[in-house]
Parts: sequence; structure tokens; C-alpha cells
Amino acid sequence: MSDTTAPKAIEGTLGFIDERLGSTTFFRRNVKKVFPDHWSFMLGEIALYSFVILLLTGTFLTLWFNPSMKEVVYDGSYTKLQGVKMSEAYASTLRISFDVRGGLLMRQIHHWAAILFMASILAHMLRVFFTGAYRKPRELNWIIGINMFMLGMLEGLFGYSLPDDLLSGTGLRITQGVLESIPLVGAYGYMFLFGGEFPGQDIIPRLYMLHILLIPGLILGLVTAHMMIMWHQKHTAMPVKNQTEKKVYGYPFYPVFMAKTGAYFLFVFGVVALLGAFAQINPIWLFGPYDPGAISSGSQPDWYMGPLEGALRIMPNWEISAWGHTVSFNVLIPAAVPLGIIFGGAMAWPFIEAWVTGDKRQHHVNTRPRNAPVRTATGMAAVTFYGLLWLAGANDVLAERFHVSLFATTWFFRVTVILGPILAFIVTKRICLGLQRKDADVIGHGVESGVIMMSPDGRFSERHEAPREEEKIVLLSKENARPEAPARDARGIPAPGAKGPIGHLRSRLNRAWTFDDVPVEEHGHGEHEAIESGSDSEQVKR
Amino acid sequence: MSDDNKETAGPEGPREGGEPREGGARRERVLGTPSPAREKALLAEDDISAPAGVGEQLDEASMKRAERIVATLFMVAFAASVAFIAYFIGWSGRDGGMHGVVRARESNFWLGGTMALSFLAMAAGVTIWVRRLMTSKPIVQERHELAADEDTRAAFAQDFMEGAEDSGITKRPLLRRTLLLAAAPLGLAPLVLLRDLGPLPEKRLRHTYWGEAVKRAKSEGKKGVRLVVDGTHRPLRVSDFASPGSMITVLPEGVEEHVPEDEVLTQNAKAVTILINVPEDRFKPAKGRENWHINGIVAYSKVCTHVGCPAALYEQTTHHILCPCHQSTFDATDAAKVIFGPAARPLPQLPLSVEDGYIIATSDYHEPVGPSFWERG
Repeated sequence: MSDTTAPKAIEGTLGFIDERLGSTTFFRRNVKKVFPDHWSFMLGEIALYSFVILLLTGTFLTLWFNPSMKEVVYDGSYTKLQGVKMSEAYASTLRISFDVRGGLLMRQIHHWAAILFMASILAHMLRVFFTGAYRKPRELNWIIGINMFMLGMLEGLFGYSLPDDLLSGTGLRITQGVLESIPLVGAYGYMFLFGGEFPGQDIIPRLYMLHILLIPGLILGLVTAHMMIMWHQKHTAMPVKNQTEKKVYGYPFYPVFMAKTGAYFLFVFGVVALLGAFAQINPIWLFGPYDPGAISSGSQPDWYMGPLEGALRIMPNWEISAWGHTVSFNVLIPAAVPLGIIFGGAMAWPFIEAWVTGDKRQHHVNTRPRNAPVRTATGMAAVTFYGLLWLAGANDVLAERFHVSLFATTWFFRVTVILGPILAFIVTKRICLGLQRKDADVIGHGVESGVIMMSPDGRFSERHEAPREEEKIVLLSKENARPEAPARDARGIPAPGAKGPIGHLRSRLNRAWTFDDVPVEEHGHGEHEAIESGSDSEQVKR
Repeated sequence: MSDDNKETAGPEGPREGGEPREGGARRERVLGTPSPAREKALLAEDDISAPAGVGEQLDEASMKRAERIVATLFMVAFAASVAFIAYFIGWSGRDGGMHGVVRARESNFWLGGTMALSFLAMAAGVTIWVRRLMTSKPIVQERHELAADEDTRAAFAQDFMEGAEDSGITKRPLLRRTLLLAAAPLGLAPLVLLRDLGPLPEKRLRHTYWGEAVKRAKSEGKKGVRLVVDGTHRPLRVSDFASPGSMITVLPEGVEEHVPEDEVLTQNAKAVTILINVPEDRFKPAKGRENWHINGIVAYSKVCTHVGCPAALYEQTTHHILCPCHQSTFDATDAAKVIFGPAARPLPQLPLSVEDGYIIATSDYHEPVGPSFWERG
């Protein structure tokens, strides 16, 4: 028991709350909650803080933004557009930019924070995937995260559509075309979203409501759930010294983590403020108000819509018309399939993996990517697929910058979007296995010391040393593949898990998951001596 | 190998793998070889990186120094925030406030710059504080089993079944079923409310304002409606558009006059048309559309049949019409057929004629313009 007491103000407040809520038990339990440390654990925090910044700056913008499509003649301080007809939404965005002090700054910070929000979610998701942090018991948080990313895409699309400038209007036009392509209900969906034909008078007010109320509300709810689940389950740890499945090692929430994360919030805000101050983004005054007959070349959406845009661009023009109905596969497939595969696949992945490996245990210590080659390779295939689609979304810019034919870029992406992921899978898996072999080598034979020894008969050899303790723990964190029970026993009776076509598939996949695993383990003492003596195994034999 | 064995058996005695060695100086490094320390540092980087010099290891002097650095950074943050407020109150409002590009840029730089400086200085200060001054040591905590034990689960299952039993929901199927029946339409009711979000599509997507305009022109005894240039609303004469290879965006005459103001954009969005002067020798009129052009002057819908962007780029040498959104490419000489890209259908063609020297449209598009939809057929 410490004999120090908290200052009276704190004591009094705590007492007041405690007597009414019984909160001290909670505080006592959580004030020193351990947070394991790794730089990559900060990626999700960037997303969280970007979201806070989005809420703050977004609230500021609503004070002046007027979500109306009523046509007005501009009479503000941006002289180049004076006398031009435009919607009130566009005019009020110009007003925020040029007549409200700090308005342009808030607009730019808002946009930069949105871009950072999505980028950091993606980076965070990649970290979680490649380290296996989504495994039981954290599948729910993984799914919540993917849903937040999807909501973020929608939120971003609606957000940058609000100013009603030429670029965003084009984005809405594409949204309309994609909506129309849905079989059976497409035309109805279009009419109901736009309140009639494009662009009509309703779309901006409706998007405004969705953008500032409904979707942020949903995201806020999911963020809260995400954080509470994380807090309750405790954060995963990297497979390093002192971290085990039973115990978590790190610095206490209060004061260390609290101060670090507070500083991190300030860093994030500082960086987006810097970007907002000095890096121009979405200069809507250069695009002009929306005009359905006009467009500028090089029209690109924000980065997170890139894969959708790319898929639309490289899709071959398949469409069928029969019995008085039309199905536009050239729009439907790119709009639904690629991101459907990525997000649907990502959501199902923890369960597929558990099913294939038969691993139903709880995991709190992460895996090194090399130690799960199929997972890492699948992840890299997905990254390649997404990345190529994203690049395809800028094929006109690529064609122009690199002076290649526009159609050639389309064909390049049509081919690589299929072959690239396959190649990425194979290459990544080989790299993972190679790294496993290296780890096995370090454990088996030690680390090259750089010390050359000469034997009496004049031979030179390099001395190998046992790896440091910390290093060894990292290397030995690999869980070697356990041989599965054979699908059939000696009498030909199938194992319970391998019955039927599904069971057969499972055992095949399981084999694919584990068959080329390189065991990383400490050998018997004989080997150990060899390491210590600095000779390699060849010399031991002699 | 005697030599190696000798060293292991040397006066130091056998070393065990896990034992920390006697420090880096114990063995000379051969020049030009990688440092053993480097290799190890890469592999065995200690993961706990937070407070680099956990407080007690630091001497008072370096802690004092760190304290001064942190305090300085906090002072910088304070000064930057004060500068932000001072600029806002003192300078940004001069001459009646912010107006136009130059002042907007100036205020953006000042406000944003001071704001960023304030945040970053404070962030750096707190970070140094954590790393150099906090004396907390790493601690270990149990990870508790998340799932409840068997007894708790069994007790809950029992409570749950008891409750169901007591409520009578298991014993009285009539209650259960009528409750479900009552709840089902309640879920659908809000969906019905969404019906008035917009009109039904009906035939809206099948015609454009060209049809209405032509009808009005015909009722006035004319052959068709004049084409006006987008932006200027000037009717277009054949002689105005005589140079081969030119392209212009046109609309039906009278949209501004006859359509309610808030619908003009909507009508234009569908009716917007490109007029191209294709050299007559290159032009191949489609079957049944031999008289839809005027010596190679031809009109196509500007709304791309892919997802509706304006197909606005026209390449004079190849006579290709390109949509800049997704690069669907149409051949202007050959009924705007698709030659590349994701669009599946040619751009619809508008039948043209000449009246009093003006270019006119003699009817609406014969097919729906823009992206495909289920009912299109």
C-alpha cells in the first residue's frame, strides 16, 4: 500500500463518481492495463485519430455549407467565377474556401484526414492480416474493421460529392450508371436515390444527411465496439521475449501509453494541419460548377475508390440483351466482383483458415508472416490484385506520363490483374519458405560471426555463434506444422474430419497449407557443441 | 578439429547458449567482415521500445536536459497557438476580412502553419517526456480466459430455459406464432415509407427532351428543332459548322424557355449531344440512317453508354470519340460503334436535317441514351 494520496480535487471527483457509479473498481483494474509495444500497433491509432479530426473539422464545415441544388448566380470573392450559375452547395463551398477565415484550412484538413483515415485503416488491416492477429478470438473485430473500411469508402464518395463541382458531379454520374446496371431494380434504385432523373434536386441534400449523420453514426458505433472489444480482449503481442499466450508484457496504460497515444494524436493532427496548410487538395474552384455536358480529362476519384474505377476501366464490354431485358456485365462485374472477392474473402478468411488448419485455439501472440506462408502469399496476392486495379484506375495518367498507348495500358492490366496475383502468391510463398529455411539454419547452425578461423592444416572456416536469447525467442516462436492424422487409417476407414467431398477438400487444403513447412527447432546437444566450437557441420563429421 | 575444440575447452570454460557473453570486446573482429553486433541487432531488436532510457538509468543531469527540451517545445507550442489567435484577430480581418484567392492563401498558410507547429511541438514534447523522463517499468499481466467456465454456462442455460418456461412462450404456440405474425409486417412498414423517395422509372429513361422539342417545332409547322450551342444557346447554321474535323456540344433549342428552371440541368443531362463534322469521304452512314447526316455532319448522344460520363474527347485524325472516364472509344465515321473499352453499345445517333440553313433534329433519339438498364431490352 502506498502512503501517498491523490490531491484533494482528484480524490473528491473520484469519490463523487465512485459513490454513484462504483467506478473505482473499474479504474483500479484498468489504470495500469498493459499495452504491448510495436510500431505497427500505431497504424490503427492513426485511423482513430483521423476519424476524430474528421468529426471536428466536419462539424466546422457544416456551419457554412448549404446542401442545396438550387441554382444561384455566384457573387462572392472568387472573381473568376463571378456571374456564373451554380448550385448553392458549390457556392457555399466557395464561400467556405474564400470568405470564411480558416475555412479553406478546415476543408483541406478534412479532406486530407479522410485520405489518411482510409490509408491507415488499410495499413492497419494489412498488419493484422499478415501477423495473423485476426485469429480466434479476434474475428469479430476483424469483421467490424472491414465494415468500417467499406463504410469509409461510401462516406468518402458521398463527402467529395457534396461540393457539387465538376469532378464530383462526374463521380455521381458514374454512381448513377452503376446503380442502373443492377438487374431488376436498377432503374428503381436510380430513381429513388436521385428523387427522379439525374441530377435532379434531391441528391445533394440526401448525400449530406448520409454523410454527416447516418454513416458517421454507424462508423462511430463500430469504432466504439472495436475499441471496447480490443480493450476487453487485450491487444495482441508480437512474438518476442516476455510475450506468451498466457501473459502480456508491456508498459502500463497510465501514464506511459496514455501519454504516448496522446502525443500520437497531436502528431496526426499536426501532420494533417501541415498538409492542409501547404498541400492543396480538391481545388473545386478550378473545376467549376457541375455541368452534365462537361468533363475534364484525367478525372480521378480519391485513392480508395481507385480499385473500383480501375475495374470499370479494364472490364471487357460484355452485355447481353434477351427477352426484352439487358444485363450489363461490363458494369455489374467490375462494380461487385473484385471488391466482393477482397472484402468477402477477408471476412471469411479467419474461419476458412481455422477450418483448413483445424486450429480452434485462442491466439494472443502474433505470427511472423514467414511462418504462415499460405496466408502471407494469399495476402500478397490480394494486395497485388487490389494494387493493379488501383493503378488501372489511373491508366490514362500512366499512359500520358510514360508515353505508352492508352489501349496498351488497358490490355496490360487486363492480363496482369489475373496473372499478377498468381505470380505474387508463388513468389511470396517461396520467399517465406526461404526465410523459414534461414531461421532453421540460424537455430541449427548459429549466426555467422564474421570471425574466420584457421585450422592447423590450413583450412579456413567461419565461426558460427548461437543467436542471442531475444533473437532465438523470435525464431522459435514458429509453430511447426503438425502432421495431420492420415485421411484413412490402416483399415481404410476415413477419419471423421475427412469424410465426404467436403472432408476430402479440407484434408487436401490442409496438406497444401502444411506440406512444405520447414521446421525451426533446436536440435540435440551434439549440434549445440558444434555451434559453440565454431565449426560447421561438415567439419563435425570428420 | 583440434583447434576449435581447444578454444571451447579453454580457460573460460564451456559457454552455454543462453548465457550472456562477456561483452563485445572479447573477440577481435576481422576487418571487412560484417559486425556481429549488426547482424544480431537486426534480428534481435528488443521489441520494447517505449521509454528508451527508463528513468532510473538516466542521471539527473540528462533528465534535467530532457526536461528543458520538453519545456522548450511546450513553449514553442504555446507561442504558435498564440500566434494563431493573434493572426486571426489582428491580421486576417484587416480591410474588411478575407476576400479572394490571395488573402485566402495567406490566411491558410498562417493559420495552418501555426496550428501545425503548435500540434507538432506539443507532440514532440510529450514524446520526449515519455521516452526520457517517465520512470515506469514494463509490467506483466495475465491474459484471462475469455470464455466462461462450464458451471456458469450451464447455470445460464438453465436460467434461460427457466425464463422461457415461465413466460409460457414454449407452452403456448398460438402466442408465439401470432407474435411472429404481428412482427413481420412491422419490419416491412418502414420500407413502404421509402416509396416516395422518387418517381417510378416508367418510360423516363427512354426519351429525351429532343422528342418534346421536335414535337413543339412540328406543331409550329417546322420540320424539326434547331440545335443550339451549349453555353451560348446560339442556333447553329450549316455554314457555321463547315470545317471538317470540328466538334461541338449542342442542346435542343428552347430548354431554357420551356422547362422549369430547376429541371433544366436534368433535361440537359440527358439531351446533351455532340455534333461532329466528319469528312464526307470517310463517313459511312449506317443502314437506315442514310439521311440522318448532313454531308458528314453527324450528331451522337454525348452520354456514354457505359456509365454515363460525357464522351467528350474527339480525335480529329482518327475520328475516335473517347470518354475520358473509362476510355470507351467510339468510331465517329461508323455510327459511333465501340472500338475499344468497356462500353457495350454505340452512342445513339440523332437524325439531322437542314431547315432555312440551320441544322435541325427531326426526331428524338430512336433508342434510350446513356447506360444500360434492366428494362432497356
